[in-house]
Amino acid sequence: MSADPTTQLDAPLSETTRTVTVVSWKTAGVLLAVTLLYALLLVAVPHAGDTRFLLSQRADFFQIPVIVLPATAFAWVCGAVMLAVTAAAFVLTARGRRTSLWLVVLFSLAGLLGFLAWAGAGSPRDLSIVGLLGGAVLWSVPFVYGALGGVIGERAGVVNIAIEAQLLGAAFTAAIVSSITNSAVAGLVAAVAAGALVALVLGVFAITYHVNQVIVGVVLNVLVVGLTSFLYSQVLVPDAEALNSTTRFQSIPIPVLSDIPVLGPVLFDQPLLIYLMFIAVPTVWYTLNRTRWGLRLRAVGEHPKAADTVGIDVVRTRYNAVLVAGAVAGLGGAFYTTVQLSQFGENMTGGAGYIALAAVIFGKWDPVRAAFAGLLFGFASNLQNVLSVVGSPVPSQFMLMIPYVVTLLAVAGLVGRSRPPAASGEPYIKG
Amino acid sequence: MSAPESSPGSNPEQEPGLDPGTAEELEQERARELGSPAGEDMPDTESRLAKALQQTMTSPWTVSVGAVLLAVLAGSIMIVFTDEEVKASAVYFFARPADTFVAIGQAVGGAYSALFRGSVVNLQAPDFVTAIRPLTETLSYATPLIAAGLGVALAFRAGLFNIGGQGQMLVAAAAAGWVGFGVSGVPFPLHLLLALVAGIAAGAVWAGIAGVLKARTGAHEVIVTIMLNYVAYYLISYFLATPGLLQAPGSSNPKTPPTPESAQLPALLGDRFNLTWGFVLALLAVVGVWWLLNRSSTGFAFRAVGENPRAARVAGIDTGRATINVMLVAGGLVGLAGASQVLGSVTTGFSSDIDAGIGFDAITVALLGGSNPWGVLAAGILFGAFKAGGTTMQAAEGVPSDIVLVVQSLIVLFIAAPPLVRAIFRLPDPNRRRAPKKPKAARNQKEAAA
Repeated sequence: MSADPTTQLDAPLSETTRTVTVVSWKTAGVLLAVTLLYALLLVAVPHAGDTRFLLSQRADFFQIPVIVLPATAFAWVCGAVMLAVTAAAFVLTARGRRTSLWLVVLFSLAGLLGFLAWAGAGSPRDLSIVGLLGGAVLWSVPFVYGALGGVIGERAGVVNIAIEAQLLGAAFTAAIVSSITNSAVAGLVAAVAAGALVALVLGVFAITYHVNQVIVGVVLNVLVVGLTSFLYSQVLVPDAEALNSTTRFQSIPIPVLSDIPVLGPVLFDQPLLIYLMFIAVPTVWYTLNRTRWGLRLRAVGEHPKAADTVGIDVVRTRYNAVLVAGAVAGLGGAFYTTVQLSQFGENMTGGAGYIALAAVIFGKWDPVRAAFAGLLFGFASNLQNVLSVVGSPVPSQFMLMIPYVVTLLAVAGLVGRSRPPAASGEPYIKG
Repeated sequence: MSAPESSPGSNPEQEPGLDPGTAEELEQERARELGSPAGEDMPDTESRLAKALQQTMTSPWTVSVGAVLLAVLAGSIMIVFTDEEVKASAVYFFARPADTFVAIGQAVGGAYSALFRGSVVNLQAPDFVTAIRPLTETLSYATPLIAAGLGVALAFRAGLFNIGGQGQMLVAAAAAGWVGFGVSGVPFPLHLLLALVAGIAAGAVWAGIAGVLKARTGAHEVIVTIMLNYVAYYLISYFLATPGLLQAPGSSNPKTPPTPESAQLPALLGDRFNLTWGFVLALLAVVGVWWLLNRSSTGFAFRAVGENPRAARVAGIDTGRATINVMLVAGGLVGLAGASQVLGSVTTGFSSDIDAGIGFDAITVALLGGSNPWGVLAAGILFGAFKAGGTTMQAAEGVPSDIVLVVQSLIVLFIAAPPLVRAIFRLPDPNRRRAPKKPKAARNQKEAAA
């Protein structure tokens, strides 16, 4: 057991070469902390009554009756499950084994359900699980696409802080093109092009001119906010009817699949852009990890010199990666003006690109994990909508804060030290 | 994909970013300027004038001026293409082209002269005080930018990316504001001092959370500071909506009571100007950060950790401690920005948008300033001028102040890429002369860019 605090402090600089598995008490500690917070909430703000979980919608083929649970009792049962998982984590850590992901997932589910039951207690309204999950999927779209764009760029060694710029630029372009052509698909194509265009600027400065990638990214974010806001007030506002009233994607229910209880409406009754997202995540994973292109891309991001030595064109590979990353992030930007709203608004992405960046790191530069991290943030964004329907027992600001606090705890306790691709942020200069 | 060698455009043997043609042209041009056929060595017999010209052409300042020119040009293009007068006269361009050019001149000239009038000197003013008022406005806008920019720059020097300026400013503003209107009966200088200390401490603690998490658990500071921004925002929103905490008594708006006079930063140049002693504090912070970074062992540890954490650790520097310390100081500096807002600029009560995007602007300021305290001072004043001028420009000429964002960011972009600016203006490359072999020159450039 070498998990004393000194080992912890020493770890940051020796993570790459060591092979000794140091099992840390962090995970167990965080689980305990969350359990205690949860218990404190239940004790400090007692909230009696029943909670009505609504699992199906009125138009569904299969109707599931509303599940009515005594809130306090159910919340405490969930608390007991959380405590059990925490205990298991302590036992495992003491034996020198890692806490498995499944235990953490079980813990989170119990905590979430218990929290929802407590929050919805005594409310005459139903707490719609479909609304909760379906909204989460919908809201996660820009985060997931943005995170995928971030992952692709960084795996090739180019830090993509310009996700925000790509989202906003794409949203703006999609709004104009979709309004002019009356076609959501045309808007989507334009969004992809706009995302790639922003990425091209990033590439020219970061790859060709070796400018610090963080500088370019941050500055591009400001540049695109300035450009779109300027053009919005000078061009779109005076002619809003023609240029800023978009045609949106409609939900396309997939036959049979959309009739599955709960999951059907959540996953299979969504607009095209969401189905594309379901395809994009595994595609990006496969391309990065199972194709020659992906191998080269990763080689360029980990050790460009070695890649160059074996004949991979580092500059071209990085350009390709950055352009693809921008295009993917552009898909996410299209969400704002072709799915969510039918018009562009100044700075309407409001920092979503930075959240996507957090998802990239949270997901440890892996497309699937980053997508799930994006989903988590989508869930967080949607939670408030659902809870405002049932009526929130604590000030809404705290409800809104919870997802970010949970992310902090998760990053500190569960994810820990994340290692970016070795050459991420390093311009490659041959010689 | 299978091309074994790089394409000509990316051949690193060339000057990065210059295609062979441009490079040759540069060569010839320099040769012409110098009056000598071979531009490679500089003979001692060369005339002084040519030498001076050569030095001017290769000076980094020339590149900066070029960058500003390019950015201003881009801004002009945007103004021209969206100006109503220009559009109206362009319709009959071929009949009376002069009209179009006059309209273009008026649109661009009007916008930039308004920018100048609002940020430096108002030449139309009736008296001296009104004439120099814009300059003081610039410095007043620059105050929080300098302080927060220093916070971000310091973190950069230790290899940390502090995106948490927004959150740090919000908690600092809340703390300073609360001490300001929540504590009464304390006389003037003491009350102000207490409020300032509270703000700085709150900013330090908020950033310190990120430092501690990074040092103890390895949590990436980018995620942590972004998440802390949201937490701070909602926390402050809650305080603002709760009577007895930050909300003004007897009001239902999420807004605080005004800052009492005893906690306000006094005016620096008399009551006719908005400029407060906050600017002096920002200047002191610049000197302090310079001293910390270049003259103290703590600052040396910060820089060592930023340059090479492994080497720093081998040299016996406690990297975890340095990470925590640098975030504490950085947060304190951003906190100063937040406090100076509440105690100086916005004394009539504030709401949850008191940070006014300065936390993010600070990143650009730090980058433009090269993460160096004096650079941050200059960049902060420049951006302050843009903010002050942008407001005037929007009011007087109807040009949205967003254009200022575009010009600002283009300046930073171009300054960060000297080869691009040199290529556009056909300026000679200083590194080329001293080190004809490319790798070293390229390395220099990388350093310059970093």
